[in-house]
Amino acid sequence: MARPAAPAQPWKRLLLGADPVRRAIYVAGMLPAVWYLTLGLMDQLGADPQKSLERLLGLWALRFLILCLAITPLRRLGGPNLVRYRRAVGLLAFYYAALHLLVYLVLDQGLDFPSIWADIVKRPYITVGMLAFAILAPLAATSNAPMIRRLGGATWQRLHRAVYVAAAAAAVHFVMVVKAWPPEPLIYASLVAALLLVRLYFRLLKRAKPARRAAQAASA
Amino acid sequence: MIIRRPSDIAPSEITPREVYLRRREFIAGAAAAGLGAGLAAAWPAMRAGAAPLQAAKSPLSTTDEPLTPVKDITSYNNYYEFGTDKGDPAKNAHTLKIKPWTVKVDGLVGKPAGYDLDDLIKPAQLEERIYRMRCVEGWSMVIPWVGVPLAEVLKRVEPQGGAKYVAFETLVRPAEMPGQRGFLQPLPWPYVEGLRLDEAMHPLTIVAVGLYGETLPNQNGAPIRLVVPWKYGFKSIKSVVRISLTDKQPKTSWSLQNPGEYGFYSNVNPAVDHPRWSQATERRIGESGLFAKRRPTLLFNGYGEQVASLYTGLDLKANY
Repeated sequence: MARPAAPAQPWKRLLLGADPVRRAIYVAGMLPAVWYLTLGLMDQLGADPQKSLERLLGLWALRFLILCLAITPLRRLGGPNLVRYRRAVGLLAFYYAALHLLVYLVLDQGLDFPSIWADIVKRPYITVGMLAFAILAPLAATSNAPMIRRLGGATWQRLHRAVYVAAAAAAVHFVMVVKAWPPEPLIYASLVAALLLVRLYFRLLKRAKPARRAAQAASA
Repeated sequence: MIIRRPSDIAPSEITPREVYLRRREFIAGAAAAGLGAGLAAAWPAMRAGAAPLQAAKSPLSTTDEPLTPVKDITSYNNYYEFGTDKGDPAKNAHTLKIKPWTVKVDGLVGKPAGYDLDDLIKPAQLEERIYRMRCVEGWSMVIPWVGVPLAEVLKRVEPQGGAKYVAFETLVRPAEMPGQRGFLQPLPWPYVEGLRLDEAMHPLTIVAVGLYGETLPNQNGAPIRLVVPWKYGFKSIKSVVRISLTDKQPKTSWSLQNPGEYGFYSNVNPAVDHPRWSQATERRIGESGLFAKRRPTLLFNGYGEQVASLYTGLDLKANY
């Protein structure tokens, strides 16, 4: 006898989604974190394990943010439409940002709150990193169907455009944390810049089109 | 020539450091087992290309802290000539040819010349100096260097009365230094550093040719580097090819790259933050893994008793 689709375990739906591909993305996406943590516990993260772990988790947060930002341009430029996987990728970016922050707070700073607070207010790269996280947190909290319904599609979309600021802040955070100009942070920053600029281009195109049509109508 | 070079010595002749450190136990154990101590010679070399150095223990060594494991000292390096990642020097520095090596000594000295390494460093004077090394990035190590006081070297070349500063230069050899090739280079080359003459003549300032009782690995600045333990690590310039005595304060690489962040003095000072990060604490490399705590950084990296008098009346905040 066929049972109706059970609404049981809503938390599981909320966390993983119903789609097996989405589940696979979450599981695969968390593999690097599990791997690094294992290496860390086995003392295999090199001479400065806290810093390596911090750096690797932050790097994956930025990678997922970049993937997230690449989904729309990919579709607009004639590629496949992967928009149904965007939430998974975005949430992964948030999970990695949260782990990155946790490693900083607990393993790096040892929960020394006066020194953490001094870092946040005095160190621009920490301020910028915290800003990125402060933006990602509400976006992650509203990345589920009930919240979309509650906010309404248009409001939700406006809110989620803040991810552009978060991605830019994350990229700047990476550039600011290093000495001199090693290539890696600059490559990530260029990718973020390209993905934001291509949106600006689409927007200008959209604005130009009605104007052109109006001009054509006037000359006809 | 008493400094033995890698080519003179078969790897099979070199006793692994771990065994060497426990030599008394080992010999006692071997004797007890009725074996010849010569068995030790059959152990494989710990580090390819390294040759053992004879060095007297120095009373100026730090004595109360455990040494950073040699694996960390030789795999976690800032040496941008070989790449900006801290793993890059250990991966890339093997291409550097350190034989022959000439150090050009010029400027305000009585005996300017291109000195062969062996003429500059007298092997009989080698000392082991165990020093803390504090990187400007907020980490530290305890390293058993082998070297001689820089003062000994400078006396040999006879500084003139007008000399006030010592300028140092690292090798530029893009063919062997991948960080000096290609697009987007992090620093202008050559890497340059400098000290006031009184800092250079201070008994704690040494030129090192080895660590852990063996010649320096390339990634640690072979064949000859500066070690100034009370200053941030970047002052301790690697693979030195030129020493000039001058009457003007020399340019230094990091202050050329970013004058607002790096000054000439660069004394370790927990009260003077780097503009982008705090210098109040540091992480000791190789210390109990992921859950090790940061430790407080000490003024002059803990060498204040010996060096603070060099800076009487100097505003350390303005002269960072």
